[in-house]
Amino acid sequence: MNKIKRETQELTVRVWRGKEDGKLVTYQVMSRENQTILDIITEIQRFQEPGLAYRFACRVGVCGSCAMTVNGRPRWTCRTHVKKVSHEGVLTIEPLRNLPRIKDLVCDLAPFIDTWQRAGAPFSGTKTRNDAPALVDPESSTRRAAEAGLQCINCAVCYSACDVVSWNRNYIGPAGLNRAWTLINDIRHSDRKQTFDQAFGDGGCGSCHSHGNCTRHCPIELNPSESIAGLKRVAFKGLPKDV
Amino acid sequence: MNPLRNHKSYLAAIGHRVSGIALALFLPFHFLLLGSALDGAQGLDRFLVYTDLTPVKVAEWGLVMMLSVHLFFGIRVLFLEFTRWPGHVNDLAGWVVPCCIAALFVGTVFVIQVL
Ligand code: SF4
Ligand code: SF4
Ligand code: FES
Repeated sequence: MNKIKRETQELTVRVWRGKEDGKLVTYQVMSRENQTILDIITEIQRFQEPGLAYRFACRVGVCGSCAMTVNGRPRWTCRTHVKKVSHEGVLTIEPLRNLPRIKDLVCDLAPFIDTWQRAGAPFSGTKTRNDAPALVDPESSTRRAAEAGLQCINCAVCYSACDVVSWNRNYIGPAGLNRAWTLINDIRHSDRKQTFDQAFGDGGCGSCHSHGNCTRHCPIELNPSESIAGLKRVAFKGLPKDV
Repeated sequence: MNPLRNHKSYLAAIGHRVSGIALALFLPFHFLLLGSALDGAQGLDRFLVYTDLTPVKVAEWGLVMMLSVHLFFGIRVLFLEFTRWPGHVNDLAGWVVPCCIAALFVGTVFVIQVL
């Protein structure tokens, strides 16, 4: 009886400590109603392990900085409820996969951010501040295609979920290619062809195996897999026309 | 199993890749064998006697299965990447089981023909 009571009140949380050669350390944390994974980590850091390193900022699913691997899957921890992911009261929390580890749950995101540049992502406009703003028809097919991928919060969850990234570090990965797709559909972008050439070049969209892990895990339900398929279609049909 | 790999689309992608590699390894031998017919029937017949051996038949069945798995999963990938229609399922996961059944059907037809 005592044991059952204890299990319902406490969670066993195994947290990665150290760098690549670190290990999982187990903590007991009180189970509460409405508890997120980030709440658990914060409680451990405040009351048990002040040296625990982790990242977060907004706590409401906007900044994309709190992503970690929870029971084997990458997730945004501030919006992931414990009840949804714990297995019989046990949680294993590790840093994101496919990125160099700095300390505990913190990864170096530089290789991920670099992929945005490698995908030909910087926007370059053709107008100056003296010109009238460009008119973009919200109903046009290009705008709708861009709109579908625009809200990315840069959390690197998809990059961490993608097996092709883990096999081939040269692969740009889902978020960078998704960004390239939005630019190719942005009629204000001055060099859509150049963006496509980079997104299709070495380590580009041709390396995607269409596993769909990126789409399956994106916390805000973007569809990078579909954006990558769009890039592949450009190779056959040419740049999207504004219809 | 790693939870990132425990879904149908992943298994379909791996099935497509593995069957593709198996075919790439086998096809050069296949063409070499067919090429031996260019020097007269005798050359080919020398190899064809082996096709009566059970292990060779089983291997042939395996190859037919690989070919059909690769074909049907390949068709799925083409639909996945080149088509859009209303209600298009993100990764056409619903197609994976029918693709496997179609491949098995081809394998069964082969077995019936051989027996
Ligand atoms: S669909 Fe492509 S980018 Fe997305 S997880 Fe699979 S291989 Fe990676
Ligand atoms: S596409 Fe989704 S999972 Fe990938 S970085 Fe953007 S928000 Fe995160
Ligand atoms: S802390 Fe900002 S998205 Fe989780």
